[in-house]
Amino acid sequence: MQFGVFTVGDVTPDPTTGRTPTEAERIKSMVAIALKAEEIGLDVFATGEHHNPPFVPSSPTTMLGYVAARTEKLILSTATTLITTNDPVKIAEDYAMLQHLADGRVDLIMGRGNTGPVYPWFGKDIRDGIDLAIENYALLHKLWREDVVDWQGKHRTPLQSFTSTPRPLDDVPPFVWHGSIRSPQIAEQAAYYGDGFFANHIFWPKEHFQRLITFYRERYEHYGHGAAHQAIVGLGGQVFMRRNSQDAVREFRPYFDNAPVYGHGPSLEEFTSQTPLTVGSPQEVIDKTLTFRDHFGDYQRQLFLMDHAGLPLKTVLEQLDLLGEIVPTLRREFAVGRPADVPDAPTHASMLKAVVR
Amino acid sequence: MTAGPMAAGPITTLAVVHAGLGSPSSTQLLATRLAEATQNEVARRQAPDLEVRSVHLRDVARDIADNLVTGFPSARLREVVESVTGADAVIAVTPTFNASYSGLFKSFVDVLEPGSLAGKPVLIGATGGTERHSLVLDHALRPLFAYLRTIVVPTGVYAASSDWGAEGLPGRIDRAAGELADLLVGRAAPTPTPASASIEDFVPFDQLLAGR
Repeated sequence: MQFGVFTVGDVTPDPTTGRTPTEAERIKSMVAIALKAEEIGLDVFATGEHHNPPFVPSSPTTMLGYVAARTEKLILSTATTLITTNDPVKIAEDYAMLQHLADGRVDLIMGRGNTGPVYPWFGKDIRDGIDLAIENYALLHKLWREDVVDWQGKHRTPLQSFTSTPRPLDDVPPFVWHGSIRSPQIAEQAAYYGDGFFANHIFWPKEHFQRLITFYRERYEHYGHGAAHQAIVGLGGQVFMRRNSQDAVREFRPYFDNAPVYGHGPSLEEFTSQTPLTVGSPQEVIDKTLTFRDHFGDYQRQLFLMDHAGLPLKTVLEQLDLLGEIVPTLRREFAVGRPADVPDAPTHASMLKAVVR
Repeated sequence: MTAGPMAAGPITTLAVVHAGLGSPSSTQLLATRLAEATQNEVARRQAPDLEVRSVHLRDVARDIADNLVTGFPSARLREVVESVTGADAVIAVTPTFNASYSGLFKSFVDVLEPGSLAGKPVLIGATGGTERHSLVLDHALRPLFAYLRTIVVPTGVYAASSDWGAEGLPGRIDRAAGELADLLVGRAAPTPTPASASIEDFVPFDQLLAGR
């Protein structure tokens, strides 16, 4: 099982000091978090993609290329890549290039984005969101698998005799996950291709994602990629830890109360009881995280959101040290009782081996 | 089918939603009167008894605000929402604030899943300080419920403070209740709409892909 962190890349004032980091500070702190992730033995770092303030990561492959050069083992991923408003040709090129530079340590999570105006800014119509996700990914999939592509669709100019370069490393395209918080069509898409399905699973109650993941598993089996329990599932999560539970709650509360996504609404106590958010001791985080398997079945990837709502870098790095301490326990516990035929998340190495075999 | 005295099917349910804030509340009073009148009118048509579920939005006011912020309902609010979206008919009553429905009333409507009231018979009611606001029914509530694709009965009931001491209100209540009863007795039970995007509505991928 893979463990990692994912970041939205928001520039948010620290509510306890009122200080807002500069864009430069935030970008460098994202890199520091990625490097720390490798240092503490995590498997994955994933960056968001946004094209509007208060977010900085508009150019994920630039950042991931830099991180690739400074790490050796970390898988570099996205959370999410905007499959709707990006040109699929550019995604094919950018991530194949990154694959070569990172020696294959690359995968992607596709998403449709959560900001309406991004569509018109990039010449698209939000009402075409699902159709764009389907058409663009169908083209991307083809570009990575066929050397010369003739293609015509509804949303971009046709291609005749087009070759996307560089070709994927070893002719093995990056593994792709599809993320969605409510659309069965995207779970259906992931199942159709035998790709992974990633449920953000941060802000909403688990019941919501249980329905989507159960559906994805059923359809994965329907399309003949394996049994339902072998489908490739990733989950998000959000934690804040201190050695003493009360210290965690006391320190995190102002960040929670003012958080851009859920602040000024329910109390910390209400929200932690309703959603996967865990604020407490490392043992409490272990206990809550282990329940995810009971709710969603054996799964392949667990990403944690650690650096939002204005938390200063120093605190985030302390959080990562604590995460590094509990991940070995999580690995051990998740392995207990895991059926032997449940696969790991595909990596470049495992996919290459499958091709050669 | 729940219609007719011989029917032994599922119980017919009526959700009575009101956004009154005071205690006692004239909005609650109007909602109760409309519900009782509807029960009587249904009984007069020899239909099985209605099960009435009352929803006092003030009790879940904070849950509604939290839902606007977080995007999901608390367990308590989900129960309330399901009792409304799962009912066979709805009576919806709001106080008139600044020439329209109250913010609490509209916020409740705003946290309902799109389409979750579609096709449902609805009786609209409103209260206000003076008669001069009575068009709130037809200028605010009726367009809202038309947008929600509900079937709004022709008579809406507006009660100004003065109506509680004047003739005419009981007649309007009975007429509106009779119209709602006619719709209830003559119709099949609706299929409950799931509280969130329906997985059952998925389109197989070859159709989504459409030859691309």
